Amino acid sequence: MKTIKVSLTFPPAKVTFPLMTMLVRQFELEVNILHADIKLNRTGKLIVDMTGKKENIDNALAFIEEHGILYHIFNGMLTWQEDKCVHCGACTSVCPSRALTIKAPDYILNFDKEKCLVCGLCIKACPLGIMRLAQPDSDE
Amino acid sequence: MAIKTIDEINEKIREGKAVVVTAEEMIDIVKENGAKKAAQTVDVVTTGTFSPMCSSGMFINFGHSTPPIRMTKVWLNDVMAYAGIAAVDAYIGATQISESQGMAYGGAHVIEDFIAGKDIRLYAESPGTDCYPRKSITTTINKYNVNQAYMFNPRNCYQNYPAATNSSERTIYTYMGTLLPQFGNVTYCTSGQLSPLLNDPEYRTIGIGTRVFIGGAQGYVAFEGTQHDPGQERMPNGTPVSLAGTLALIGDAKKMTTKYIRAGVFEKYGVTLFVGVGVPIPVLDEDMAVKTSVSDKDIYTVIVDKSGKTNFSQRVSYQELRSGFVEINGRTVPTAPLSSMKIAREIASELKTLIEKGEFFLTEPVELLPKHDKRLNKLDIRGD
Repeated sequence: MKTIKVSLTFPPAKVTFPLMTMLVRQFELEVNILHADIKLNRTGKLIVDMTGKKENIDNALAFIEEHGILYHIFNGMLTWQEDKCVHCGACTSVCPSRALTIKAPDYILNFDKEKCLVCGLCIKACPLGIMRLAQPDSDE
Repeated sequence: MAIKTIDEINEKIREGKAVVVTAEEMIDIVKENGAKKAAQTVDVVTTGTFSPMCSSGMFINFGHSTPPIRMTKVWLNDVMAYAGIAAVDAYIGATQISESQGMAYGGAHVIEDFIAGKDIRLYAESPGTDCYPRKSITTTINKYNVNQAYMFNPRNCYQNYPAATNSSERTIYTYMGTLLPQFGNVTYCTSGQLSPLLNDPEYRTIGIGTRVFIGGAQGYVAFEGTQHDPGQERMPNGTPVSLAGTLALIGDAKKMTTKYIRAGVFEKYGVTLFVGVGVPIPVLDEDMAVKTSVSDKDIYTVIVDKSGKTNFSQRVSYQELRSGFVEINGRTVPTAPLSSMKIAREIASELKTLIEKGEFFLTEPVELLPKHDKRLNKLDIRGD
């Protein structure tokens, strides 16, 4: 089993295509929608986690491509120089999934890796410029 | 009714007997014991803030070369400094951006690098005069080889600040951070219940000459800050509901630390300086005990629309803002701070330790700040 994080861009004509259902039924994938921006007759965007057998994931990606839907696999991981962080909170203001938060009682920057969409908005929002998308060592 | 004077408090500090607490600790002390008892037992309340404060900068005197130069244009690491003063004096402003790197590096970074003890490249030009014949100079300076280097910040410690949101259809990039479309987020910037001027809202003890903790050094309130506006509407507890008082601060940059002075860049807006400030407040009487026990639930600000598209305005308490969400037009909108509560607490606590150890004494203001009804002037456009 493996999990990948993918962004899917639907051309306006494909927004009504029931892709999620097909991924579940045909490819036996577990799909978790992390972010969705879908409107009729507009380019749509989904960010999803897909979990399943490696072979099924590969076939699903080929299927997605065949149907004219663009995909991009996120394989980076957000890291930052913790010793330089001032815990101001600017990165948390743009984080769409609330993976980055600053909360009572200690008001220290907290990062929930599972929620991270790897969108990179925080990298530009960080006033100190200390956040990066690290590429993991290639394992395949 | 005065319970004690600043002289008496300083005497206690000298004897190591002063009772010092942070503004956050004071909240519970007053809640549990009442203001009267708290005023008798607590001598000093320490405050702290660590926020982007654009109106900051540093004067430097470089010393004279042989033959000498009267610098008329000065660059530090490619960032222009103001040199329209005497021969080898200059002022490097926090928001000035690099001529080669643009917004990625600016005056604030020069100041941070200087405080870190790094070498700074100095290039200066001059027309040359009989008494100052040299026409240009290229050298390196650092905090060990210049004469004076002191931060002079015309406007720090804004007493309160509006929170920001964006009603428009596009993301906007502001000094309040990146604001997402359609009320996508709200940002706010204060240490609230720990903030200096919110703990002495009517400027009873903080005035000209007040010794403060700035950037890790001991500095002073030099004057009322620019745009000081005490006439703002206030809550019954004396705290203003939006922009109000400000402080002009001065302090020796050579004694500062990068723990409390950091350069920052707001995307597509520009360079700013995070400045760490702590002000000790003497608990002279019951009224000051009440004032220094103010908490986020009783401090309000206003959320404004930075897109300029609407007159949207919503009053909100800092307790609500700190919860992580506020409700706008019936929708839950995430909130985020821009001011570090963590470092503000470290400052209040470090200042408390300095006073307890007898290394930081309180001052009677030489003069109080303007308190009433002084409203800001607008800039009329009279040209073409």
